Amino acid sequence: MSKKPSTLVNMLLALAVIAVVAAGALAGGYVLTKDAIDKEQQKKSQTAMEQVLPKFQGTTEAVSVQARQGDKNDVTVNLAYNNDGSLFGAAVETYTDKAFGGSFTIMVGFDAEGTIIGTAVVKAAETPGLGDKIKTEKFNGQFAKKQLRPWDVEGGLSVTKDGGQVDAITAATISSRAFCDAVNRAAEAYQKVLNQKGVAQ
Amino acid sequence: MKKLRILFNGILKENPTFVLVLGMCPTLGVTTSAFNGFGMGVATMFVLMLSNMLISLLKNFIPDMVRIPAYIVVIATFVSIVDLLIQGFVPALGESLGLFIPLIVVNCIVLGRAEAFASKNSVFDSMLDGIGMGLGFTLSLTVIGAIREILGSGSIFGFQFLPETYNILIFVLAPGAFFVLGFLMALIRHLQSK
Repeated sequence: MSKKPSTLVNMLLALAVIAVVAAGALAGGYVLTKDAIDKEQQKKSQTAMEQVLPKFQGTTEAVSVQARQGDKNDVTVNLAYNNDGSLFGAAVETYTDKAFGGSFTIMVGFDAEGTIIGTAVVKAAETPGLGDKIKTEKFNGQFAKKQLRPWDVEGGLSVTKDGGQVDAITAATISSRAFCDAVNRAAEAYQKVLNQKGVAQ
Repeated sequence: MKKLRILFNGILKENPTFVLVLGMCPTLGVTTSAFNGFGMGVATMFVLMLSNMLISLLKNFIPDMVRIPAYIVVIATFVSIVDLLIQGFVPALGESLGLFIPLIVVNCIVLGRAEAFASKNSVFDSMLDGIGMGLGFTLSLTVIGAIREILGSGSIFGFQFLPETYNILIFVLAPGAFFVLGFLMALIRHLQSK
């Protein structure tokens, strides 16, 4: 088969066919993989939850709440109850939109008193080698045992550069600030849900 | 022999990074560590090989005057589907390479090879060209990444051998990428001119 000459009809036909086939293939690919990707995402949330509430055994209840006024997305607070019905704490799937790569999602584990048990990154697209150090143990470890309810620091957690007590990652202050923002949002959402539920504080 | 030459062309003689100077965005952005450079290179090689074959198959159907938009649509679609498939069915691979694949969508190496090679050659030769170019890209990115990681983080492939206080941070940041790339390019030109 020789090459098609560049007549108007040929060009229109070629582009139209390619565009239609491409759109169809993309739609097909999306439908084909949607379930698998969703399942993968759920599994990631599940693993993160186990990471931030390592000693927890019992039942959880997911509550969606808007943490702050003007927030675009809701935060999911997974309340964790002990088998006797008392509150163990919560794993809060929170986010920030102040990240270097737009936004990222993290999981923050609290105990019933509002002290952070642990933090873990669920989904982030920060710069490799710099901002993606938010996934390291060293950075996440700083948050454990910090109490956010009642606020022990005015305005929540912040990096040392802003007068806070979290050591920012070298050359990734924006990512570190965003992480603090997400943790603070988690604490606010947790508090809000507790107030709604009327759980004794 | 001729086939072998196509394969090895991309590694040194027409190395995409140092000689053709293509694909500078991922080269400068991603090479903060040896592993990141390697990952980007491998992901690109995979895509390059398949997109070259695809373009070579379609070359007679696409009229010359609209070839560039046609290639862009074909390649971008193809990469997006590969990205979805990897995320959905090979999550372990997606975890390590997932970051790089969207960066390849409009990578000029992929488009450049489609235009300069695949649109004029057979499917098999195009595949060889894709593999060769991909190997060359992987090699250069890994070298740049390794140098930046050694100087900037005091580690190599994640293995820390210098304490963090001795790091030259600028090599992990954007200017370091330009320094390393510039010096390596000068070195290669110097060696080639001899």
